[in-house]
Amino acid sequence: MNQILAKRPLAPEVTLFEIEAPRIQRRWQPGQFVMVRPLPTSERIPLTLVTSDAVRQSVTIVVQAIGKTTKELAALEAGDAVADFVGPLGEAASTTKGERVVCMAGGVGVAELLPVAKAFHDASNHVTCLCGARSDNYRILDAELREAADVVEWATDDGSFGFHGNVVQMLLARNKPGDFTVGHVIGPIPMMKAAAEATRSWGLKLYASLNPVMIDGTGMCVGCRVTVGSEVKFACVDGPEFDAHLVDFDELARRNRAYRDMEQEALQHQCRLQKVE
Amino acid sequence: MAPEKLPYKPNPRAPRAVLPVLEPRRRASTPEEVALGFTPEQAIAEAQRCLQCAKPECVNACPLHIDIKRFIRRLAEGDAVGAHEVIGEQSPFPGVCGRVCQHELFCEDACVTGKKWDPVAIGSLERFAADHARLRAHELSPNGSKKPQGPKVALVGSGPASLIAAYDLVRLHYRVTIFEALHKLGGVLAYGIPNFRLPREILAEEIARLQNLGVEFVPDFIVGKTATIEDLFDEGYQAIFVGTGAGLPYLMGIPGENLTGVYTANEFLTRINLMEAYKFPDVSTPVRVGKRTIVVGGGNSAMDAARWARRFGSETIVLFRRGRAEMRARLEEIEHAEEEEVQFHFLAAPVALYGDENGHVREMECIRMELGEPDSSGRPSPVPIEGSNFRIMCDTVVAAIGQAPNPTLQKATPQLITKRGKIVVNESGETSLPRVYAGGDVVRGGSTVILAMKDGRAAAEAIHEALSS
Repeated sequence: MNQILAKRPLAPEVTLFEIEAPRIQRRWQPGQFVMVRPLPTSERIPLTLVTSDAVRQSVTIVVQAIGKTTKELAALEAGDAVADFVGPLGEAASTTKGERVVCMAGGVGVAELLPVAKAFHDASNHVTCLCGARSDNYRILDAELREAADVVEWATDDGSFGFHGNVVQMLLARNKPGDFTVGHVIGPIPMMKAAAEATRSWGLKLYASLNPVMIDGTGMCVGCRVTVGSEVKFACVDGPEFDAHLVDFDELARRNRAYRDMEQEALQHQCRLQKVE
Repeated sequence: MAPEKLPYKPNPRAPRAVLPVLEPRRRASTPEEVALGFTPEQAIAEAQRCLQCAKPECVNACPLHIDIKRFIRRLAEGDAVGAHEVIGEQSPFPGVCGRVCQHELFCEDACVTGKKWDPVAIGSLERFAADHARLRAHELSPNGSKKPQGPKVALVGSGPASLIAAYDLVRLHYRVTIFEALHKLGGVLAYGIPNFRLPREILAEEIARLQNLGVEFVPDFIVGKTATIEDLFDEGYQAIFVGTGAGLPYLMGIPGENLTGVYTANEFLTRINLMEAYKFPDVSTPVRVGKRTIVVGGGNSAMDAARWARRFGSETIVLFRRGRAEMRARLEEIEHAEEEEVQFHFLAAPVALYGDENGHVREMECIRMELGEPDSSGRPSPVPIEGSNFRIMCDTVVAAIGQAPNPTLQKATPQLITKRGKIVVNESGETSLPRVYAGGDVVRGGSTVILAMKDGRAAAEAIHEALSS
C-alpha cells in the first residue's frame, strides 16, 4: 500500500514521486489533490496530483522540501511506503472549450499546472503556459509541458533562461488584454495575487488553485477557509480552485503564515534529534 | 476453583459511590485520564444498591438494551468477568460507553433506586466491568474463530454507529468491511473525544475485538472520493451502511472569524486528539494555545476544547449564550471543567473578533443575553440585550457551536435524498437508495454516541432482514 515506485529529482529540493495508488489513479481528475502523511509522526499535507499511469496503477506528486514534513517525504526512497495517501480530494479544475487559455505557474506550481494545462489542451483550447523559476536549473517538467500545451515560455528571476523577471512581469511585457479569454494560476501566494491584479481589467476569467493549511482535507477542520468575494469557502471541498479575482490573498497569506515559527521549532527539534542519534 | 459468590443484599439507601478522579492540579499538562474508575470494593457496594427490579426500566431506557440488571447482579456477586460477558451480549464497547455515554439521560434516569435516592451509578459500573476484563483480554480474544462467510456488507465511517452495526453483522456471519476516511479508527471517538476522557488504548482494544471477530477495517478511504457507493456495489457488497457522522462544523459567522488563532472545535480537537499536537514538537502538527482561550458553546466539544486549553496552561473561559442548566454537555464533564478552573461566562454570545497587525486574534466583543420563550430545542431561547456589548481580551478562540453532517458522500451520490444535509431514512434506517442504510449523526445532525449506536443496531437488523429474505 502507498508504495513509492519511483523517485526522480527535478531540481534542487524538488522531487517527483510515483506512488502506487490504484483507486486514486482510476478516479482522479486534473486539479485534485491527495493528503499525504509520510511518517506516522508527520503532519498531513495536501499535494496536487500531477500525472497517472494506468498500467502501473500509479500517480505522481511533486514535493519541494522546505518544511519538516516535506523533508521527511523527500527523504523516502523507492520501495518505501508513505504512511498515508488519501484521495483524490477537492473538485476537478474547471476547463473550457475553444478558448485562448493562459496557464501560469511559479516554482513547484509548474508541476501542479501540468495536468490542468493538459486538460485544457485536451478539451480543444489553445494553451499558453507561462512558467517561472528562480534560475535555469530550477526549471521543471519542461518537456512534459511542451507535450501538453501549444506554447511554453519561461521566466527566470536571474535571467539565466528565457525572460528575465517573474511570470506576471512576462505576461505584462508580452501580452495585452484580449490575448487570452481564460486563465489558470498556481504558485506562491504573492505571484497568484499579482496575476489576479494584473488581469483584473482584462476581461479574463482567471482561476487560482489555492494551497492553504489543511488537516483532514475532507471538510472537517475548515482550517483551510478562504474568503472569496463575500463568502467563506473551504478550499478542501469547495476548491482548491476559485475565481482569482475574488480571492482575499492577503488573508490567505496571513493564515498560511500562522504556524511558521512553530514549523521552524519542529525543524530545529528534528535537527537536534538527528545530532543525538 | 470457582470463585465464591458474594451474597446479594440490596441496599439502595447506601450513598452512591463517588467516582475517584485524578486530583485537579495533577491534570495540568497531561492527557492522562481524569476519571479513575471504581475500586473493586466500591463497585460491589454500588452494585448492591441495585434493587434488581422485576421489570428493569433501565434496560428499556438503554438504547442498546444492555441487560443492566443481570450485569449488576454479577458485579454484586463479585463476578466482574461474568458482568462483562453479560454486557458483551449486546455491546462489545463497555470501556467506551462506560466513559462517554450520557447515562444520566438514559439508564440512570430510569433507575428505580433513583426515584427515592440517588440512581445506581450504572455508567461507572459498566466501566468497571470493562476495565476489569481488560486485565484478562488475552483470554477473551477468540483464537482461530471461524472467518465469516456470509454476504459482504460495507460500513462507511468507523464511528459508533458503524462499530455496533459491525458487531451485530459479523455475529450473523456477514463479511463486514468498515471504510474510514482518516488514518485512525473510531470516528468521533478518535478525533473528537480527548484522551483524558477516553484513553486511546481502551478504544483500540475494543475495536480490536471486532477485528478478532473478522471485521475488516480500511483506513484512508473516503467513500464518495476514493470510490463511490456504486463502485462498492460493483465490488460485491450487498448492502451499505452510511455512518459518516456530523463532521462539518458551523462557523460563528461574525467579523474576524478568519483571524489566526480562531479555531473550530473540530480543528482544535483534531489537531490535538487525532494528530497528537500535545506531543509537539515530537510530532509535527502544531496547535497554538495562547494565554487566554475563549471557547464558545455549551456542549461536549466545548468542554473538551476548554479542558485541553487548560492542559496547555491557558486561562480558559467558556462563553455560552444560555445558562448552566441549558448546557448539553455531560454533567461529569462540566464538573470536571469547573474543577480544572475553566471559567464560565453564561448568557453571553460573541458578535465580533478583533486582531493585531499580524491578523492574529486579540479581542472578542460579546453581547449579553437573557432567556426568553422556549425554542425548537425545548430550551429557553437566548435573546440579546441591546446595548450590553462588552469586550474580552483573548489570543485563542474555539467555536464549539455544533456540526452539520459530513457532505462528501452525499455530494458524490446525488440520488441520495437529504434534508439540510442530513440523509433521509425510513423507520428501518433505509435511505432513498435500495440497500443503502444510514444512521447516527449523518441522519440526526449533532447527537450522541449512544443514539448513533442505536441507529447502527437498527440498520444492522434491517440489513439482515433484507439480505436473508
